Amino acid sequence: METIKLVYPVEGGDLIEAGEASSKMKLTLKKLGLPQDVIRRASICMYEGEINMVIHADGGEAQVEVDSDQILIRMIDSGPGIPNVQQAMQEGFSTADSTARELGFGAGMGLPNMKRYSDEMTIDTVVGTGTTVTVKIKIPQ
Amino acid sequence: MLLSEIKEILNATVLWGEEHLDREVVSACGSDFMSDVLAYVKNQPVLLTGLVNPQVIRTADMMEMCCIIFVRGKVPSQDMINLAKDRDIVIMTCPKRMYEACGLLYYNGLRGNCDGND
Repeated sequence: METIKLVYPVEGGDLIEAGEASSKMKLTLKKLGLPQDVIRRASICMYEGEINMVIHADGGEAQVEVDSDQILIRMIDSGPGIPNVQQAMQEGFSTADSTARELGFGAGMGLPNMKRYSDEMTIDTVVGTGTTVTVKIKIPQ
Repeated sequence: MLLSEIKEILNATVLWGEEHLDREVVSACGSDFMSDVLAYVKNQPVLLTGLVNPQVIRTADMMEMCCIIFVRGKVPSQDMINLAKDRDIVIMTCPKRMYEACGLLYYNGLRGNCDGND
C-alpha cells in the first residue's frame, strides 16, 4: 500500500464540537478496509489527542499517515507545552478546567489512554512553544 | 439480550432507532465519565449514562457502541439525536437512576463482560 497522508485541522475553544476530525479519520480508515481493532485503537488515540488539544492548546493539527504496516498519528499544537511530562502521564493527573469535567473529560486519562491504545508513543514538548504527541498503531499482517 | 428487551426492562422510551431494536447485545457498561469509558470499556456495545452532551455520542461512536441509554429521565437535544442517527446509534431514555438501571439489566442477564480488575 502506498502511504496515505491525511491532515485534519482541530478547532480550538469549542469542546462541544471536538471529535469531528477523529470521526472523519475513522470513516477513512473503514473505507481502507483496515482491521476493526486497529481502527478502534487509532480512533480512540486521535479522539483523546483532539480533546486534549481543544482543552489545553486552543486547537492545532492532526496529521495521519497510513501504510501497510502502521498508522502514524501526529497531534501538533502551539499551546503552552507540558512542564512535567512524567506527571502528565500519570493516570488521574489533570489540569483541565470545570468545562472539560462537565463534558465528562478532565479525569487525567487522555495521555495514558493514548499510550494504552497505541504501540508506540512519543511526546515532544517545549513550554511556551507547543506540543507534538505522536502515536503508532501497528497493523497485524 | 435484544435492545427491545432492554427497552421493556427499563421502561425506556426510544428517541431514535426504533427499527433497530432487534439488535442483540451481550454486555453493557455504565458511566458519567467519558474518559473512563474510553479507558476501560472493552466490547461493551451499550452505554448507560446520566451525562447529556454531544461528546457522549462521539465517545460511543469511537467505542463502536450501538446503543446509549440516558438514565434519570435525561433527554438529549435534537442535535445530539441527529448525531446519533448519523452514527447509527440507538438512543433511549429511562426514568430509572443509574444504579437501578444497571442492576436490573445485570439481574436479567446482561453482564459487564469484564472481571473488574482492569
